[in-house]
Amino acid sequence: MSDKKVNEQNQMSGAAMVVRALKDHGVKHIFGYPGGAVLPIYDEIFQQSDVEHILVRHEQGAGHAAEGYARSTGLPGVVLVTSGPGATNMVTPLTDALMDSIPLVCITGQVPTHLIGNDAFQECDTVGITRPCTKHNWLVRDVEDLPRVLHEAFYVATTGRPGPVVVDIPKDVQFALGQYQPPRKSDVHVSYAPRVKGDALQIRKAVSLLAGAKRPVIYTGGGVINSGREGAKLLRELVQATGFPITSTLMGLGAYPASGPNWLGMLGMHGTYEANMAMHGCDVMLCIGARFDDRITGRTDAFSPGSKKIHIDIDPSSINKNIRVDIPIIGDAANVMGDLLQVFKAEAKKPDIKPWWNQIAQWKARNSLAYKQSNEVILPQHAIQMLFEMTRGKDTYITTEVGQHQMWAAQFYGFEEPHRWMTSGGLGTMGYGLPAALGVQVAHPDSLVIDIAGDASVQMTMQEISTAVQFELPIKIFILNNQYMGMVRQWQQLLHGNRLSHSYSEALPDFVKLADAYGAHGIQATKPSDLEGAIKEMIQVKKPVLFDCRVAALENCFPMIPSGKAHNEMLLPAEATDEATAKAFAGGKALV
Amino acid sequence: MNQPASAYFLEDRHDPNETHTLSVLVANEPGVLARVIGLFSGRGYNIESLTVSETEHQKHVSRITIVTTGTPMVIEQIKHQLDRMIPVYRVVDMTTAGRAIERELAMVKVRGTGDPRVESLRLAEAFRARVIDASTESFVFEITGNTAKIDQFIDLMKPLGLVEVSRTGVAAISRGPEGM
Repeated sequence: MSDKKVNEQNQMSGAAMVVRALKDHGVKHIFGYPGGAVLPIYDEIFQQSDVEHILVRHEQGAGHAAEGYARSTGLPGVVLVTSGPGATNMVTPLTDALMDSIPLVCITGQVPTHLIGNDAFQECDTVGITRPCTKHNWLVRDVEDLPRVLHEAFYVATTGRPGPVVVDIPKDVQFALGQYQPPRKSDVHVSYAPRVKGDALQIRKAVSLLAGAKRPVIYTGGGVINSGREGAKLLRELVQATGFPITSTLMGLGAYPASGPNWLGMLGMHGTYEANMAMHGCDVMLCIGARFDDRITGRTDAFSPGSKKIHIDIDPSSINKNIRVDIPIIGDAANVMGDLLQVFKAEAKKPDIKPWWNQIAQWKARNSLAYKQSNEVILPQHAIQMLFEMTRGKDTYITTEVGQHQMWAAQFYGFEEPHRWMTSGGLGTMGYGLPAALGVQVAHPDSLVIDIAGDASVQMTMQEISTAVQFELPIKIFILNNQYMGMVRQWQQLLHGNRLSHSYSEALPDFVKLADAYGAHGIQATKPSDLEGAIKEMIQVKKPVLFDCRVAALENCFPMIPSGKAHNEMLLPAEATDEATAKAFAGGKALV
Repeated sequence: MNQPASAYFLEDRHDPNETHTLSVLVANEPGVLARVIGLFSGRGYNIESLTVSETEHQKHVSRITIVTTGTPMVIEQIKHQLDRMIPVYRVVDMTTAGRAIERELAMVKVRGTGDPRVESLRLAEAFRARVIDASTESFVFEITGNTAKIDQFIDLMKPLGLVEVSRTGVAAISRGPEGM
């Protein structure tokens, strides 16, 4: 084809460029909601079939759906919303994606260029509002800049430490004609060059530290998941080669299989006793793609006091932010692990850490996840264990909302593979799980997608059940219904004198009838003996399901590191008597 | 150890604060200054002084000079947080790099007659400040120097009829042949 002909073919409107760029970046699905300032783009979407649009019921739902899509596939999630309220409703998912390092490309409509700054209808300062909650954002004032910005947006969102980006496109730019340019290498922002490869000398130092370890622990996070399938594979090899115990943050679950012999369970505030004690007592800590978050460290001045710390992270600002480390290695988790493994295999051998494993076995024997079973009421922990047993071996993806149910899901559902677990870790967004499940189901139409939910969280984005019905997405919403904001209540009990200020949900809807009203399938279980049959029904029904699982109302989530305490001061369920709890929470007069 | 009821660990940090001058080269694109300032306000960092101007018009590069205070850990964070912003090319800590020259320009308006007026002019000469505007009862002095020198000059002008001050904030550059 002649250059002239190519040029003529590439002459198109800004709106057409958006859809063309989506195709060029391999986007198959987008989540969105139309409105005045994006109508030209919606018109283009209408006239093609390569990119499927999923119509949500609220823009926040689109954002979380795109997050679920991204986390379960490793691909960027794409959102299309209108100006003003469309954009402001995206603020929560954008912030959520920024905190959890999820690649999102959000395209927002904007009022026409000449009206910007005039308080026009549905105008807001989208780039101003989303500046602190995106990795980067752009307002495109000239259609000639649009192709470059769109390509750059995908590049920035998906490389380095992934994150959300916003491209704000005024309506006149969507109508304007311009020359489309397909993605090229030169679109890369000159000032943006994330570092992927770790420093060889630092890696060598790390290996010699690992080889001499007596009480080592590997502590991993979402960075391993974000480094792709290769990351999880290399992590497993690394654990195998070193023989070290491994724990993970909430974000990193599934990178190492929960059934693996070296698995200690999750660490942190509601992590297992053995994981936290190993963190506290280790002499060498290898942190891979985690950021020493405050839910992980407990009190920072007593965090793992006797250890040398190695920290692998792609983001230099994660190094020494909360905890001083001895050997920082900047780079992509998979890339660095690959190099580390090579050096370790060539120059070191598995250190003998048998006494350490014996110590860990003693901690494990404390059985920190124990709970009192009942024949009368369903214990939430038991419900999740049942759910796990009955979905084991199936092609299952789990999302969650935020609160007690989320912690129980992390504790009791065993994840064997990465990208199977979608939860709002950093921001802690109630209402995340239902729309996230939508996104996962769109990406994996034949898989079993379950949102482990709470009765309070699920009501925040409940309207998206309608989306699930419309697009025949058979997501399963497994609600652990205790009629409370359980985690809020737990803190009120522990820290605020048992004054349960506004944490009880009066006037809960009848979830079974609600499912009916939406055209979904409703199930209720009230007794432990109901559970097996009800879960079976949930799995078999080929429709979206709202599962109202009535659980023990006052059950609390243990074990727990009380605030202001260190890893070795955990409160175990067996010891969480009224007196012990009151003592553990300095300043809290509360009794459980 | 006794902290109030909180879901967070409330830590007292006692590390002493340091003052650092950072030079930040950025792509001169819309909103870049808002990004940098937003980072400081959003993460609770201090800005003592901030100076910004385009320095390489052809390449659309601007130079932002920021004087900030914080514990060594916070200063390190600030540098990394700035460096990871997409339009930031480079961040150089002029304070740890050493041998940097810092200058500020101030215009100082002083009103008075008789002895105070003569005294202000005499002091201006001693500080190598230039008179850039004069009336029968006022001067505007232009003075350049490091922050301490300008502070000192302004202090001396106070009893002599200081009316107002306009300062540019700090600009900094390293000594020797190397660029940043």
